[in-house]
Amino acid sequence: MPVNQAQLNIKDQQLSISGKITHDTIPEIQKFLRKNKSISITAIDLPELEFIDSAGVAFLEELTQATFPGAAINNASEKIGQAIKTFSSKGSQLSPIPREPNFFESLGNAIFKARDALVESIYLTSEIVLWSFVGVFNSRGRRKGSVIQQCYLIGSNAVGIIALLSFVLGLILALQSAAQLRQFGASIYVADLIAISMVREMAPMMTAIIIAGRSGSAFAAEISTMKVTEELDALRMMAIDPIRYVIVPKFLAISICMPLLVTLSMILGIFGGLVIGLTYLDLTLVSYLNETINILTAEDLLVGLSKSIIFAWVIVIIGSYFGFKVKGGAEGVGRVTTSAVVASIFAVIFLDALFSLIYMI
Amino acid sequence: MQTPIIQIENLTTRYGEKIVLDQINLDIYPHEVSVILGGSGCGKTTLLKSIIGLVEPDSGTIKLFGELFNKADEQRYTHTLRRIGVLFQNGALLNSISILENVSIPIEQHSRLDKTLIEKIVTVKLQQVNLADSAYLLPSELSGGMRKRAALARAIALDPELLFCDEPSAGLDPLTSENLDKLILTLKEQFNMTIIVVTHELASIHRIADRIIFLDQGKILFMGTLKDAKSCGISEIETFFTTGSF
Repeated sequence: MPVNQAQLNIKDQQLSISGKITHDTIPEIQKFLRKNKSISITAIDLPELEFIDSAGVAFLEELTQATFPGAAINNASEKIGQAIKTFSSKGSQLSPIPREPNFFESLGNAIFKARDALVESIYLTSEIVLWSFVGVFNSRGRRKGSVIQQCYLIGSNAVGIIALLSFVLGLILALQSAAQLRQFGASIYVADLIAISMVREMAPMMTAIIIAGRSGSAFAAEISTMKVTEELDALRMMAIDPIRYVIVPKFLAISICMPLLVTLSMILGIFGGLVIGLTYLDLTLVSYLNETINILTAEDLLVGLSKSIIFAWVIVIIGSYFGFKVKGGAEGVGRVTTSAVVASIFAVIFLDALFSLIYMI
Repeated sequence: MQTPIIQIENLTTRYGEKIVLDQINLDIYPHEVSVILGGSGCGKTTLLKSIIGLVEPDSGTIKLFGELFNKADEQRYTHTLRRIGVLFQNGALLNSISILENVSIPIEQHSRLDKTLIEKIVTVKLQQVNLADSAYLLPSELSGGMRKRAALARAIALDPELLFCDEPSAGLDPLTSENLDKLILTLKEQFNMTIIVVTHELASIHRIADRIIFLDQGKILFMGTLKDAKSCGISEIETFFTTGSF
């Protein structure tokens, strides 16, 4: 490789540089100049300069304009002179740095943005709900088998994790309450507690949170990537509605899968409680199951399952909303995926609280 | 005769069963603009990516600057990469940062220059590709042609000795394309750059090419100067130069 060096010399207020001025040698030259700070230089002599790159040209300009104002450049060879001329920054100027909005402007922007987001999400929700109900009877505009494929992705693949977590949840709930109830000789009420809390609250919420994390993020990532790569535009241009093609299958699939997954979660949660009842509390299988069946009403089951469907729809709508909202490239996809998961978990918990209030009254 | 800056011997690359490059032997000499030509799917981009080490060849050797491109020797590898600039087909700008930052990145990372100097260099580079007005915009706010020009500014930020351009003028209007070609020629003259261009644009080839490499089905059909190419007697090549299509 070529030797990257610059030879420097100062004589009669004249700085001569030979060798090379490149982005590699500039720091050296700067060091040399700092050492000889006291000498004011009136001319820069370049008779034996072999090579200069564009960093070098910028550096020379800096020298003649700022460090030694008015210094002349002498004896540059034709080629070097040409390079200095070609890569001169004279006449080039960047556009001014865009101004940051002040507090009131940001506040105003935020309010308008929130309004737009609300309007957009209402439109999107109405469109998704409309086409999904149409989609139940009419499969036009979506690929054959896409609902089943989505059922597999959203439902079947989540069975393991939901089963395991629900079982552990039932176990923990039973263990915590058993210690307290036992003191009053009320061990058998563990069965009631687990049954009611799993069926009405924990199973729908836990399942919704897991599905929001697993599938909600996948919806947002898939839709946003399709938007970034113009796939959604391509669908529109083929007269295929992206909502009917991409979102409706997910909406239908999650509406089928969610109640099933929640039922699974309820059963395994109760089973988890049963394990503690049999081992830690010395209850019999018959008495535990009897108590469970006696305390549960059809209303409890309906409350749990109706919640699960609402949560499912919220997850699809939030995932799609953030997916459609993506801006920019890879970074944008990451951002909307995160937002979608956070927003849907927040929505699920908030709605659950709301439901609890409604059912209390 | 000068020693070649790139030496390729018996390069073969497969994607699964399909042979994309078949026993390629190629020398590229310094301070020349070599144009790689050929119909789509003939292996142009794969050849380019093999040379810069992004595609691992199945067999054969590639020497850059007289030495093997060895990824194991980290320091040497980085040093070699600093002497190479690549303009990717779709620009490949980093989307999360502005054009100005995109062009500054290689300079900031690979030199010890101070901030004012870097800004000055970037200003000149952006001026050369006519993008000084858009310095603070994000890549997603630019048109396709502007993105390509910004990517070229980034590729030449460190004045590399070897510049690879994958279809620099595709999707550009004729005037911008001509300006880009002029810039490529200036770079060759001023910095003794060796430039390898993949392109289909006949006008562009006439303006910049010193040497033509014509690929067909993974093999080199012709290699030589533009003048020789027009009268080489191979029908595919002569058709291309008279009609502009394959």
